Order: sequence, then structure tokens, then C-alpha cells
Amino acid sequence: MVVQNDKHASWRGRSESAEADRTSAELEDEESIRQLRTASRKLLGSMMRPHKRSIWFLVGILTVQVLGSMSTPILVMFGIDHGIPAIADHGDYSVMIGVGIAFAAASIIEYVCVRLYIVQSSKVGNTMLYELRKRIFWKFQRLSVAFHERFTSGRVTARQSADMESIRELTENGVDDLVMAAMNVVTITVVMLVIDPLLAAVTLLTFPLMLMLGRWFSKVSAIAYRKARETVAVLIVYFVESMGGVRAVQAYRREDRDRELFSGLNTDNRFAQAKGHQQNAFMSGGMRGIGHLATVVLLLFGGWQVMQGNTEVGVLAAFLLYMKRFFDPLNELVQFYNVLQSATSALEKLSGVLDEEIDVPEPEAPQKIASPRGEIRFDGVGFHYREDQQVLPNLNLRIPGGQTVALVGATGAGKTTIAKLVSRFYDPREGSVSLDGVDLRDLSEADLRANVVMITQENFLFNGTIAENIELGMPGVSRERIVEAAKVVGAHEFIEALPDGYDTHVRKRGGRLSAGQRQLVVFARAFLADPRVLILDEATSSLDIPSERLVQRALRTILADRTAIIIAHRLSTVEIADRVLVLSQGVIEEDGTPDSLIESGGEYATLHRQWADSLV
Amino acid sequence: MRAKTKRKSTGTSDSDDPSTEPTALTNLWRIKKYLRPYRVRLGILWTLVLLNIISGLAIPPLVGRAIDGPIDDGDFSRLWPLVAVIGCLGAADALINLVRRYFQTTTAMAIEADLRAALYEHLQKLHTGFHDRWQTGQLLSRVTTDLGMIRRFFAGGLVFAITSIGMITIILAQLLWIEWRLALIAIASAIPLFLIGRAFFRDFLPAARAEQDQSGEVSSAAEESALGIRAIKALGRGPLMASRFDVEAKELRERGIRKSVIASRSWSAFGAIASAALGAVLVFGAILVANGQMTIGNLTAFIMLQLALLWPIEASGWVMAHGNEAMTAADRVYEVFDTEPAIQDRPGARAVERSDVNGELVFENVRFAFDDDPREILAGVDLTVRPGETVAIAGKTGSGKSTLVSLPSRLNDPTGGRITLDGTDIRDLQLASLRHVVTTAFEEATLFSMSVRENLALGRPGADEHDLEEAVRVAQAEFVYDLPYGLDTRIGEQGLSLSGGQRQRLALARAVVVKPAVLVLDDPLSALDVHTEELVERALAQVLQGTTALIVVHRPSTVALADRVALLHEGRIAAVGRHSELMESSPAYVDVLSAESEEVAA
Ligand SMILES: Nc1ncnc2c1ncn2[C@@H]1O[C@H](COP(=O)(O)OP(=O)(O)OP(=O)(O)O)[C@@H](O)[C@H]1O
Ligand SMILES: Nc1ncnc2c1ncn2[C@@H]1O[C@H](COP(=O)(O)OP(=O)(O)OP(=O)(O)O)[C@@H](O)[C@H]1O
Ligand SMILES: [Mg+2]
Ligand SMILES: [Mg+2]
Repeated sequence: MVVQNDKHASWRGRSESAEADRTSAELEDEESIRQLRTASRKLLGSMMRPHKRSIWFLVGILTVQVLGSMSTPILVMFGIDHGIPAIADHGDYSVMIGVGIAFAAASIIEYVCVRLYIVQSSKVGNTMLYELRKRIFWKFQRLSVAFHERFTSGRVTARQSADMESIRELTENGVDDLVMAAMNVVTITVVMLVIDPLLAAVTLLTFPLMLMLGRWFSKVSAIAYRKARETVAVLIVYFVESMGGVRAVQAYRREDRDRELFSGLNTDNRFAQAKGHQQNAFMSGGMRGIGHLATVVLLLFGGWQVMQGNTEVGVLAAFLLYMKRFFDPLNELVQFYNVLQSATSALEKLSGVLDEEIDVPEPEAPQKIASPRGEIRFDGVGFHYREDQQVLPNLNLRIPGGQTVALVGATGAGKTTIAKLVSRFYDPREGSVSLDGVDLRDLSEADLRANVVMITQENFLFNGTIAENIELGMPGVSRERIVEAAKVVGAHEFIEALPDGYDTHVRKRGGRLSAGQRQLVVFARAFLADPRVLILDEATSSLDIPSERLVQRALRTILADRTAIIIAHRLSTVEIADRVLVLSQGVIEEDGTPDSLIESGGEYATLHRQWADSLV
Repeated sequence: MRAKTKRKSTGTSDSDDPSTEPTALTNLWRIKKYLRPYRVRLGILWTLVLLNIISGLAIPPLVGRAIDGPIDDGDFSRLWPLVAVIGCLGAADALINLVRRYFQTTTAMAIEADLRAALYEHLQKLHTGFHDRWQTGQLLSRVTTDLGMIRRFFAGGLVFAITSIGMITIILAQLLWIEWRLALIAIASAIPLFLIGRAFFRDFLPAARAEQDQSGEVSSAAEESALGIRAIKALGRGPLMASRFDVEAKELRERGIRKSVIASRSWSAFGAIASAALGAVLVFGAILVANGQMTIGNLTAFIMLQLALLWPIEASGWVMAHGNEAMTAADRVYEVFDTEPAIQDRPGARAVERSDVNGELVFENVRFAFDDDPREILAGVDLTVRPGETVAIAGKTGSGKSTLVSLPSRLNDPTGGRITLDGTDIRDLQLASLRHVVTTAFEEATLFSMSVRENLALGRPGADEHDLEEAVRVAQAEFVYDLPYGLDTRIGEQGLSLSGGQRQRLALARAVVVKPAVLVLDDPLSALDVHTEELVERALAQVLQGTTALIVVHRPSTVALADRVALLHEGRIAAVGRHSELMESSPAYVDVLSAESEEVAA
């Protein structure tokens, strides 16, 4: 990872592992590169397997097409050697007319084959791509939050856009030419051997040269293209992120610096991309040279043979024509070799993604919860994000079903972390978290999500309408239910006031709404989900006091028979809780009802006093 | 799919009806601006291309002559000099080809990079309204895929097309010279080719555009689902997202296939027509030879030359497709280039110096409405912030506080009225210098996955260690020193490897580092616990002493920072005064900020 860790280290900063940006399969030693190769080949195989029949069909069409176009020189030769003498000597036109008809037939066959091929291959290619896209998308969805954290959304996007694009390019215009050229090589070789083995043998002497050239190129360019896939990914990561934060870039006048960094990456990418293409130029020149060499050899040796009377002029002429037919497509094909290499590296990257282990795996034999009560237990839970920083040293906690628990504590104390563990964004490093006595690790994803819903601290809205965003809580519900949920949290009023009401498009990340409005929409979403266990992480932090009050009132009724974990800094929210936990550096310091804690005069009492003072 | 069509129609501003051919061609043509710096290189390149055509075409006639002359005569001593010439020409041809390709890709890559940099620069300047409306995936596909297509066309397709045209011309000339009657047959085949090509242009262009647009949608879906992964997982909506993605991906597949079906109609005809023409030439040529009007050697040379025509003609379908795709790509790229930044320097705008600014900020009858929203969010705001004063803005959710505070740094421009800084309309100040003087911190901590230092110094790249330390202290963000590599630690995307309160404090520190004349903070303490909040407030109060500040507040506790509070209500400043005064005089204010009424309600 030359690009990131050396030159730009200063601004990118350091992260724990140098490999942070890659899937674990993408290390750079020889062994893992070989593994990657194998994996990408396997991936290609698995992509093609369902389409075996169509692919054979395509190969069939191509074969017919190649044979058809093969016939051209033969017909030319036949016409010259037999058609002309027949006319000249006997005035017999029948041979020539036959040749003409054969030519017409060959053209028609070519037309049909090409047309059929393009349509069919596009169907197969696009379907394969579509299936791959789906697989990759789903894989990314299943990978853990921890993975996404280090991989970044930009890279996820890069894999699904730029890498896919280079595979698409291959399916679109490389393959048929490649196959055609390969068949060309074979058929022309066979034809030449049949016509004149000796001349053919001499011509074939140039083939090893071509092989060597190809070997050289595929070896050096693999390195270049691998690097290029990475530079483009880094570029995309930067692009996606800085476009996402363009407001901050503008407000802080960071344009110059930002541009400087981007153009650094842009230049890196430019040179990395150019490298493979430049190597390709050598291959292109080399191939041409070899082609000419073949002509020279053929002329000298073939000419000598003709003079010796060992072969006919027509044969030599046909040979020369074949050489042209042989090398012309090959010369153009050299460029597709680029595409092929690029796609291969992209496949490697994607197979790396598909092989990535999911560190929050689905259980093999999931357990069922018969009738969920919503009891949550932490048993000896230890957790850290980084080795050197214990976030939760040893947490033991039981939240009975139906209880509303408020979690308070200084920022960075580990409140969100507890919430994330209950939602199984991460698995604990030690101990276990369980729901109704079942370890979360033994619960199927679907069951867990049906029972536990969290509103995260970042209110994320998706591109779509307000109704769609609320509907995410329970896909497929009627508009009435959506409106009802919005009413409950007090969002109905402002939604109605928007130009298109519930059908107002919220724009990227909800840019059209105010922060508090976004929060209300997310809130409505969670209410609609109606889970046994509801986790609210700072769900009211951006609301004004009247709105918060409304939400509070709604919460009171809704949480009556539900388990809830409420994280809040505003103690007003805490007052509806049955129980308060005061967390400090991952340790529960106080535990009791709000009133009892205020009476006992501990940490919570202090906080509460401070808060009460601040209100005036 | 009700939902989907909705999303489509409003999601991106690129219209669904693809542009027509003429503009597409013009847009591709407009790219020449980016070719200009490479004039010399392109000149050399085209010379090489020309040489390459000549060197390639010079060989077949020589081969024909070798067969007709020495070989037919059986004169080996005359054969080898001719072959030596062919060999030399061949070597030259290969060398020229190598150099040309090398030059070609290097130049094309450079042009692509330039275009990308220019596009990026333009995107940076575009107002937030634009960015709200455009999905990142759509922008991304323009910056990567579309530019790639343009590059490939310039590096491959265009050169190939021109080479082909050159070759075809020269070959036709040679053919005419060898035997004009046969040549006419070859030329006649160009008529159907032309007609087919025209139909191709008409149909293929919209299909290519549709596919490219959809590919942007797919990227957007991918990006959004990665960025929103927590929200998706928290609700367990992975399968739903996958099925939505499936819809987009399937559509992409359909559009891809549709494009190919159109392409297949003409590509297939190209090869067939060319080879039929070859057949006709052979038959007539044979007759001519039989009648003694042509030599066999000439016919061989003729057919060999015509065979050389076969490949360029067969490939012209592919070239045309590339050309079309490049045209639509240029179209899509220029869609962005042609969007003017809504907020720009006025002519004659002058620069302001930080040291010259007193800091009096006045809103005079400021009105504001968003582009496509009839509601007036601000309906005549009058507010004066005296130099060094701190004014808090309070108001209900959605009342327009964030909108109001986005105006002084011109992230939005008022639709009516004006804002003055020390008496000058801020629109008469240069944008860059204005934003140097006025710093805004948003509600969301927009952090980047870069080092903490880079994030902190975002608004002041030259800040030294001391400045950073100071700001970190004010924001109570000392936790940064405990990160594994201190200030050099890379924080995760959007700062998500930090806790909510940590993110917010970092963003606050970032604003403080700038030491602007006017500091605008939008709800800066919402994610902090009571204790930390108090510490931050105390430290911040010192900073605010010499600074004009506008602070959006939600909580009574934050009001303490301010000298005065202004209540934003129904688009106007309904009341201004000290907290305690307003608590007594303004019922609306009490409603928004008093905790007591809360007890009543509960
Ligand atoms: N993804 C992560 N990677 C590394 N460290 C993390 C990550 N998320 C949180 N941390 C660290 O873990 C600690 C606890 O964070 P957590 O988010 O649980 O705090 P919190 O109590 O929710 O704080 P706040 O009130 O500020 O939201 C913090 O020091 C934080 O920096
Ligand atoms: N980009 C936009 N396009 C259209 N309308 C918008 C846009 N941004 C905000 N609005 C609307 O303008 C109004 C004011 O929004 P603003 O963000 O200024 O509110 P706010 O007072 O900051 O609220 P909060 O306290 O929730 O942050 C809201 O009704 C919102 O829907
Ligand atoms: Mg938190
Ligand atoms: Mg706001």
C-alpha cells in the first residue's frame, strides 16, 4: 500500500493495522497473491457455472462464425487456382459462380451469427454481472459493522462501481474477440498444416515468440493492474467522503487543501493506470514485429519453395493472406488484453470480499425464543475496540422484561457500546449477552431484529420520501399506520406542512429536513417497528423542549410493557425510567430507581442537581 | 413500484429523458479545451498515427510484387533485397506502433486526470442545494466511469476510427489504382454501411445514456447502504435493502441488454456487407483475369488489400458504440460542469482581513425560502449582533435556526434583505475571505477519515501545536491524546470510531482553532453530558469574550453562554433579550425553553 502509507501518511493518519483498508485476503505477499488468483478463478467459475449451456451455445455460434470467416481465404484461393483457369482455358464460369454463391452464403452466416452472438452474449454477460452484483451487495450487508468501520463506505462503493465496471467492460467487448482470436489461431494453424506442412512449420516458428511476449505481459501487468485497482479505490473513498462533507469543506474554506489531496490521489491513480497500458504498448509493438517477421520468413522460405517447385504460388499467396487474417485481429486484441487484466484484478478484489469472514456470524443451529419477554442479560461481558483500551471491563447486568432502563454517564463512558452489544453490532470479547436466556450468538438475525430495535445516535435517513423512511420500521404497512406513528411522536404536523406532505422527498441523507425533524422521522420509524426491546441512543438530543415533551409522553405509554434502554444526557428523558444505571468508564457505579438514587446522594444525585440548576 | 418511481423522479436532477444527439456531440467537442495543453504531444501522436498507417500499408503491395516478380520468375537473388526492405519496414512499423501506443495512453490518462481534477474543483464550488439533490453515486459514476469512457474513446476509439478512415482512404486509392472497375464495387458497399450507421446513431445514443444513468443509480444504492449500515442493521433491514438493490441492478441488466440488441442490428450487417463485397470482387476479378485484363498478382494484391479493409469495417460498429458512449458520458459530465455555483463572488467583491474586522453582524429584513419550496422559512429577520457579543438563537424544531445561521458564511444566500458585516453587505466580500472571518460549525460533526490533526486544522491548515492544544482544551477534547497515535490517529469514516460526544467536541475544537471574528455554532453541546457541558461552557466563555458569536441553543443550560437570546418564531425574531427577561416577558420563549412547563405537562 505504497500509496497511502508512505506519501500521504501525514494527512491520512495512522490506524492500528497497516492492512486496515483491505479484506484479509488482499495481503501482498506471494502466497496470498497466489491464493487470490485461485479465488478469483473460482469466483469466475462460479459465475459461469449457471450459464454453462448458454456459454456453450455462444461458443458454438462463435465456432460457426470463425469457420465462416475462415472460408474467405480458402474461397479466394480456390477462385484463383481453379476458377480463373477454368474461365481462361474453357470459358467455364460455373466454378466461379459457385465461389460467388459460397461467398454470399458465408456473408449470411456471418450476419446471423454475429447478431445472435451479440444479443446472447449480452444476456449472459449482463446476467452474470447482475448475479455478481447481488452477491457482493448481500455479502457487504452481512459483514459486520466492525468490518465496515475499517473498510469505509467509499471502498464498498468502489468495489461495486469501479471494479464492477471493469468486469462489465470485459463482458462487453473483450471476450468474443479473445475467443475468436484463439479459434483463429487454432483453425489457421490446422488449415496451414493441411495445405502445406513444411511452410506451416516454418511459420509456426514465430509462435513461441508470441507466447513469451504474452507471458511477460500478463506477469508484469498483473502487478500494475492490482495497484491500479487500489489507487482507484482510494480515490473513490476520498471522493465519496469529501463530497459527503462538502458543506464542511466550504465552510472551512478547505477547498485548496482538499483539492491538493485529491489531485495527489488523482495523479497516483493516473500513473498507476498508465503503467499497465504502457506495458501494453510494448506488447502491441512486439506483436506487430512478430507478424512482420512471420511474413519475411514466409516470403523467403516460401519463395524458395515455389522456385524449387515444391509448392504453388496460390498456396504461398493463401499463406500470406492467412498471416494477415491471423495477425490483424490479434494486434487489435492486444488492447483487450488490458481490459482482461484489469477485470482479473477486479475479480481478485471481489473474491477477496466474498471470502471475507463474517465476524458476527449467523448461528448454524439458531435457537428460537418461544414467547419473547424481552429480558436482557450481560454475563461477565468484556469488550474493547482496541487491544489497549478496555471499554467494558466486566459487565454483569440483568434487565427484566418490560423494564425501562436509563443509561447515563459521561461521554465516552461506553453507553453506546452497551447498546451496540445488545443489537449485536459486535460480539463481546468475553462473556455473553443474552435475550430471554438465549445467547445472541445463537439467535438468527431475523429473530434478533424482530425483537431488538435500536435508534442510533446518527439519525440516518435514506434517499426517498418521508413515508418510505418511516415505513422502514415495518415494510409494507399502510399509509394510515405510517401517519399514526408520525402523530404519536409529534412529527405529523411538520410533515403535513411540507410541500408534498408524506411524499416529500427528503434528499440525500435527509438534507431537506432540520436536525430535529430528522430525529422525529427516525423516531416514528422505531415506533412502527414495535419491538420487544427498544434502544434509544440520544434519540431526543436535537429536539426542542416541547417536542421532547411530546415524545416523552408517547414513550410513557408505549414503553409500558416493553423493555427499553434509554441513553440520554438530558435527565428529563431519564425521568420516565424505572431504573437508572450510572456508567463510568464501562463500570456500573450506581443502580436504582431515579428517586432512590437522588436520595442516596451519589453521582446521579450530583448530576441531577447540576442539571436542575442549569434549567433556570 | 410507486416508491421507486418517486425516488427516480426527484432523486436526481438529471432528467430521465436523455438528451438528443446534437448536444451530445457538442459536449464531446467541448472537451477539446482539456486537450489544448497537450497540443504538442497530440501533434506528435497524430504524426505517428499517420506514419503507422503508411508503414502498415506499404507492406502488402511489396509482398504482392515479390510474388509476382522474383517468386514467379524463380529469381532468388532478386527476392531477398525486396524481403529485406519488407523486413526493415516491418521493424519500423512495429517500433512506431510501440511509441505511438505508449504516447497515446500516457496522454489520454493525463487528460482524464485533468478532467477529473477540473470536475472535482467544480463540484467543490457547487452549493449545498446541488449536493443535497445529487446522489453521491451519480457524481461518482461521472467522475470515474464516464471519464473513463471518454478517455477510452480518445485513446482507443478515436485513434482507431481515424486510423480506419485513413486506411480506408489509402486502400481505396490503391484499389482504384490497381483496378478501378473492381474498386467501384468495393466503394458501392459503403452506401448500405452508411445507412445502417445512421440508424445506429439514432437508437444507440439514448440506450447508452439510459444505461449509464442506471449505473449511477446502482452506485448510489451501494453507497447509501454502506453509509447507512448501522441504521439498516439496527432495524434488520438488510434483506429489504438487498431487494431494493436487486430492482436497480435488474434494471441495469435490462438496459444493458437493450443496448446490445440495438448494437447487434448494425454490427452484424457491417461484417456481412464487407465480406459480400469481397466475394463480388473475387468473382469479377476472376473474370477480368480470365479475360486477360488483369494479372493474378494484381488480383491477389487487390484482395489482400480488401481483406485489410474487412477488419476496420467490422470493428467500426464497436468504434461507433464507443463514440456514442463517450458522447453520452460527455453529456453527463457537462451536466455537472454546466451547473453554475449559486453562490459566487459578486463582481468587484473585496477581500476582508481578519484583523480589520470589528465583528458587527446585522441581519436586515432577511428573507429566505428554499429553491423548490414555496414556504418562506425566514420572513424578515432583523437582528444586530454587536462586536464581541454572543447571541443565542432559540426556536422550535424546524423553525429555521440552522437556516438562519447558515447565512453569515454564505452557505446560503438570503432571498430578500441583506446581512452586513461591519456595515458591508457580505455579498460584496470575497467568499474565501468571508469564510475566513466567519466560521460555522454544524449540528452534525462532519469528520473525515483522516488524522485527528487534519480534522482539527481543517479551517486553518497552518495551525501550530499550541493552537491545537488550546482548542482541544476549550472543547474538553483531551481524549484525542489517548488515542493510539495521538493526533496522528486516523479516525474512522465520519468519525464513527469515536463516541457521539467525542465527535461533537472534536468538531467544536475545530471551529475554535480557526479563531474567527465571527463564530457560528449550531447546537454545539447537544451530545454532551451535563458535567462535560459545564466544563466546555466555562472554557468556551473565555474564547467567546472577544468574538462575535451566534449560537443555536436547545437547552436552557447552553443559554448561559450568551449575552442575549433571540427567539426565532414563525420566520421572525419574536423577542430579543436576556434569558431572565424573556422568561418573564415572552410566553413563546417560555414555551420553547422552560423546563418548568415540562413538569406541568407531565
Ligand atoms: N468503533 C469504535 N472504534 C474504536 N473505538 C471506539 C469505537 N466506538 C467507540 N469507541 C470508543 O469507545 C469508548 C466508548 O464509546 P461509546 O460510544 O460507547 O461512548 P458513549 O458512552 O456512548 O459516549 P457519548 O455519550 O459521547 O455518546 C470511547 O472512548 C470511544 O472513543
Ligand atoms: N435544503 C432544504 N430544502 C428545503 N427545505 C429545507 C431544507 N433545509 C431545511 N428545510 C426546511 O426548513 C425548515 C427550517 O429548517 P432548519 O434546519 O433551519 O430548522 P432548525 O430550526 O435548525 O431546526 P432544528 O432545531 O430541528 O435543527 C424546516 O421546516 C425544513 O424542513
Ligand atoms: Mg454514545
Ligand atoms: Mg437545526
